[in-house]
Amino acid sequence: MRRIVVAKLSDISEKRSRVVRIDGVEIALFKLSTGEIRAIENSCPHKKGKLSEGIVCDHHVFCPLHDWKVNLDDGLAQAPDEGCVKTYEVEWDEKSGEIALYTNNGNTIDEGSSSRWPT
Amino acid sequence: MKKKLVLIGNGMAGVYCIEQLLKLNPHRYQITIFGSEPHPNYNRILLSSVLQGNSSLKDIVLNDWDWYMDNGITLHAGHKVTKVNTSKKIVHTDSGISAPYDELILATGSLPFMLPLPGADKEGVIAFRDIQDCETMIETSKKFKKGIVIGGGLLGLEAARGLLNLHMDVTVVHLSGTIMDRQLDPTASLMLQRELENQGMKFLLEKNTEAILGGKRVTAVRFKDGSKVDADLVVMAVGIKPNTALARECGIEVNRAIVVDDYMQTSNPHVYAIGECAEHRGTVYGLVAPLFEQGAVLAKRLADVDGEGYQGSVVSAKLKVSEVNVFSAGQFSDSGDTRSVRVQDDFAGVYKKIVVKDGKIIGCILFGDTSDSSRIFALMRRGENIFGKEKEVLLGESAGGANISGVEFAAAMADDEIVCGCNGVPKGTIIQAIQEKGCTSVNDIKYCTKASGSCGGCKPLVADLLAHVLGDDGVTTVKEGICGCTSLGREEVVEAIRSMQLSTSKEVMNVLGWENPEGCSKCRPALNYYLGMVWPEEHADEQESRFVNERNHGNIQKDGTYSVVPRMYGGVTTPEDLRKISDVAIKYSAMVKITGGQRIDLLGIKKEDLPSVWGELDMPSGYAYGKALRTVKTCVGSTWCRFGTQDAIKMGTDLEKRLERINTPAKIKLAVSACPRNCAEATIKDFGVVAIDGGCELYVGGNGGTDVRKADLLVKVKTEEEVVEWAMAYVQHYRETANYNERTSKWVERIGLDKIKQALEKREDRLALKERIEHWLSFTKDPWKEIVENGELRKTFDMLPAPNLVGGPEL
Ligand code: SRM
Ligand SMILES: Cc1cc2nc3c(=O)[nH]c(=O)nc-3n(C[C@H](O)[C@H](O)[C@H](O)COP(=O)(O)OP(=O)(O)OC[C@H]3O[C@@H](n4cnc5c(N)ncnc54)[C@H](O)[C@@H]3O)c2cc1C
Ligand code: SF4
Ligand code: FES
Repeated sequence: MRRIVVAKLSDISEKRSRVVRIDGVEIALFKLSTGEIRAIENSCPHKKGKLSEGIVCDHHVFCPLHDWKVNLDDGLAQAPDEGCVKTYEVEWDEKSGEIALYTNNGNTIDEGSSSRWPT
Repeated sequence: MKKKLVLIGNGMAGVYCIEQLLKLNPHRYQITIFGSEPHPNYNRILLSSVLQGNSSLKDIVLNDWDWYMDNGITLHAGHKVTKVNTSKKIVHTDSGISAPYDELILATGSLPFMLPLPGADKEGVIAFRDIQDCETMIETSKKFKKGIVIGGGLLGLEAARGLLNLHMDVTVVHLSGTIMDRQLDPTASLMLQRELENQGMKFLLEKNTEAILGGKRVTAVRFKDGSKVDADLVVMAVGIKPNTALARECGIEVNRAIVVDDYMQTSNPHVYAIGECAEHRGTVYGLVAPLFEQGAVLAKRLADVDGEGYQGSVVSAKLKVSEVNVFSAGQFSDSGDTRSVRVQDDFAGVYKKIVVKDGKIIGCILFGDTSDSSRIFALMRRGENIFGKEKEVLLGESAGGANISGVEFAAAMADDEIVCGCNGVPKGTIIQAIQEKGCTSVNDIKYCTKASGSCGGCKPLVADLLAHVLGDDGVTTVKEGICGCTSLGREEVVEAIRSMQLSTSKEVMNVLGWENPEGCSKCRPALNYYLGMVWPEEHADEQESRFVNERNHGNIQKDGTYSVVPRMYGGVTTPEDLRKISDVAIKYSAMVKITGGQRIDLLGIKKEDLPSVWGELDMPSGYAYGKALRTVKTCVGSTWCRFGTQDAIKMGTDLEKRLERINTPAKIKLAVSACPRNCAEATIKDFGVVAIDGGCELYVGGNGGTDVRKADLLVKVKTEEEVVEWAMAYVQHYRETANYNERTSKWVERIGLDKIKQALEKREDRLALKERIEHWLSFTKDPWKEIVENGELRKTFDMLPAPNLVGGPEL
C-alpha cells in the first residue's frame, strides 16, 4: 500500500469529478455535496463508461452511457443491474486541502494479500 | 420412486402446464422435455413485437435455461422426437436420444400452412411462426426491399407491420375483399385498412396467388388473374395446421387435431395433448388463453387434484400493431336472430359494435378505442343477461349508463378466470399479489405476475381488480411523477417553482419532499431546465445537473472520446471554414463525417483536447449534443433552383441565427424548403417551412426519428417576418408547456394541435411569446468560446496532473 497525494479539494467542485491516472489506471475522484471525497475506478462495470462524467446524487453516480447507478461507497451497481467497480481508500484534509489516495504499489498486489505486504 | 413425465413440445402450452404442475406438486415426477427449437420456452406471441423492433429476443424468453435446471427438469432443446412407442412407453429422437415415460404430454403446437404453389420452395419464401422466421425476416430486410405477405389476417398484418418497421416496401395479398375478415365486419375492416395504408402498408385484395417466380430466390409472385408483382421476400401467413404426425403414427385418435376429453386425455390413457395440437369437443384453438386453461386442467389431473375439467373457451383477439387498436371476440357478424348496437365515429376513427342474441352478448368488435374490451369480454364470457342495458354496455359510463361498472365486473369474475391471456395469469394470482405482495399499481402487478406485460390489452381489467380489492383510494394510479423520486408531475413542479419562487433544484427537492434527497439522473436535468425556463435571469445553470453531453458540449462516444459539430448556418459553409476544419481534423486525427443534418462532424476527440479544438476552429457550437436548437436544414431555393419560390437559404440561416443557443425541453430541428417538392424534408421537422407561390406553409410536430411523424400544418403566412414571428412564438410556447425530454411530435399529440393554434392565434400573444424567447436568448453565450476564454472552466477538461510516484512512502 502507498499513500499518494493526488489533488487539492479546490480542484473538484461539488457533485462533480476529476480523473487521475495512476499506473495506467484511471481513477475518478468525486466530491459529494457533503464535501466528502470518494474514489473509484473510472470504468463502469457495464461497458466501461467513464463514471467521472455521470450525474452525482448523494453517494451515487449515474453512468453517462446507459444510466447504471453505482454506489460510490462500495462500488456496487444498484438493482436491477449487477456488477461492482473497484473503490479506493481516500483521505482529505480540510486544512492543507490535500486529497490522498491509498493504492497498491505497482500492479502486482491484489486486495487479499495486502496484509502480507512487507513494511 | 418418482414417476416419469415426458413433454414433447417445449412451447407455450406444454411448459405452462409444467409450471402449474410444479406449483401443485413439485416432487411427484421426474420431468423430461423435448423441444425441436434450440431455445428455452419463449413467448411466441411477442415475435410480432420483436419483428416490430419493440423487444429483443432476449426479452421474450419465458423460462430461461436456469429455470429448467432449478426445477430439476431435463431439457433436450434442439432435439425433435420422431417416434413414440406407446406399448413400450418410450420416445425417441432422430438424434438418438430416448426417454421412457409413465405419462406423456403432446404439446407439439402447429405448423404454418404453406400454400402448395409452384415455386413455394424457393429461397426467400417463409412463414411466420418461430424465432428462426423472425431472424430470417430481419436479415432479409438488410439486403432486400420488397416484401409480400400472403394473408391479411392477424398474423399477416403483424408480419407486414414488422417488415415496414424494418424499412421494407410491403404489400399484403389477401384472397377476400376485406382484411381480417375472420375477426372483423366490413366496416371495421375498411377502417383498419385505411389506417394501415396511412402507415405505408399496401394491399392487393381479392387476389389469388398462382405461382412464385424466380430462380433460386424468389423475384416475383403471379396471381390467377395473370398480374404479377415483384418480391424479394414472401411471407405466407394463410393459416396453421395442427402438428399431429406423432400421434397419428402411434395410432392415437386424430380428427382435425388430436382428440382429447375434458381432462386432456387422448385415446391412449397415458398420453395427453394440449395446445394447438389438441381438439376438444370439436374445437381446435389457436390462441394462448385457451391453451393456458387446458394446461391448468391437465396440471391438476397429473397432480391428482380434483377439478372440473375443461369446458372449452370463448376467445378474443387483439391486433398487436402499434397505434392501431383492434379487438374482436365471438360471433361479430349479424344474422337473422341477432341484433346489434354500433357506434361509428369516422373523425375519431372509432367503431364499436356488440352483437346480442337472446339478451346476451355473443360477439363484439372494438376499433380505435379498445379500453372497454375486458369489461365487455367478461360480460360475454359469463353469458350475463344485458337486456335493456345494451347501450350502456357499449357506451360505458361516459354515456350516462353507470349501472355496469368495470369494478363490479372484476369483482364478479371467478378466481381461476384468466385475466391476462398472453401470460396466462388468472384473477386469483392477481388478487394474491395485491393482498400478499403489497402490489398497489398496474405496474407492480406487471412486475409481480407478468399480467399486462405483453399486449397490454388487460390493463383496464387489472386496474379494476386493484380498485376492487383496495378501493379507489388504495390504488396507486398511473399518475406518474417526473421520475421515481416524486409523484408530482411537470405542471405541479413548474407551478411550485413559480409560486414559491424556488430557485435551485435543491430547494425544489427539499420543499416538494423528494424521495431521494439529491434526485436522480432523470429529475435533476429536468429541474435544471424548468428553473432556467421560469427564471431566465436569476437561475444559475447547474452544471452538475446537466447530462455529460451538455456539460462537455460534445457527444460522448462509447470509448469516452467526443464529437465536435460546428454550426454551419442553413447547411452553408465556406472554403475558409472547410480549411480550418481540415487542419483541425489532421492535427487531432479526427474522423470527418457529413451528418444527416447538413453539417460536418469531427469524431474521436479526446476530452482534454476539446477546448483547443474549439479554439482552433473558431466557429460557434452546433449544439449537436444538446436539448437545444440543432440544425436548420435548407434547400438551395430560388437562388439556384428552377422551381424555387423563395430564398430558402436566407430564411433558414436567419432562423438559425435567431434561435441558436436556445435551450428547449428536447432537441428541436427546423427546415426550410422553397417549394412543395420539399427537398429539405420540412414536414418531418419540429418546425418546418414549405414555401409556396406567394407565401409559406408552416408545419409543426414532425419527427424523423424513432416514431416517424408527419408534421401538421399550423398556418399559412405571407411574409418572411411572419415566418420568424410564428417560429419564435411556437418554440417559446413549446418551451413553456412541454415536459422535459418531450419532442414536439409527442407534445403536439398530447396538447392537441387546436390548443396550440389557439395559443398562437392572436398576434399580441405571439409577440409576447417572441419577446420572452428573445429575453431568454439575450443571456446566452457561445459555450465553446466561453470555455476557451475562461481558464477556470477550461481546467475541468484536463486530467489531474499525474502524481509523482517515485519515492512515495510505502506503508
Ligand atoms: C451525428 C448524427 C448522425 C450523422 O452522422 O448523420 C447524429 C448522431 C446522433 N444522434 Fe441523431 N444524429 C444526427 C441526425 C439525426 C437525424 C436527422 C436530422 O436531424 O435531420 C434524426 C432524425 C430526425 C429527428 O430527430 O426528428 C436523428 C434522430 C435521433 C434520435 C431520435 C430522436 C427522436 O425523437 O425520435 C436520437 C435519440 C434521442 O435523441 O434520444 C438521436 C441521437 C443521436 C446521438 C446523439 C446518440 C447519443 O445520444 O449519443 C448520436 C450521437 C452520435 C455520436 O456518437 O456522436 N438521433 N438524428 C446527426 C447529427 C446531425 C447534426 O448535424 O446535428
Ligand atoms: C407471430 C405470432 C403472433 C401471435 N400472436 C398471438 C396473440 O396475440 N394472442 C394469442 O393468443 N396467440 C397468438 N399467437 C398464437 C400463439 O402463439 C399460439 O397459439 C401458441 O404459441 C401455441 O402454443 P403451443 O404450445 O400449442 O404451441 P407452440 O408454442 O408452437 O409450441 C410447440 C413447440 O413444440 C415443438 N415441437 C413440435 N413438434 C415437436 C417434436 N416432434 N419434438 C420436439 N418438439 C416439437 C415446436 O418446435 C414448438 O416449439 C401468435 C402466434 C404467432 C406465430
Ligand atoms: S425544394 Fe426542390 S425544387 Fe424547391 S427550391 Fe428546393 S430544390 Fe428546388
Ligand atoms: S457503460 Fe455504464 S451504464 Fe453502460
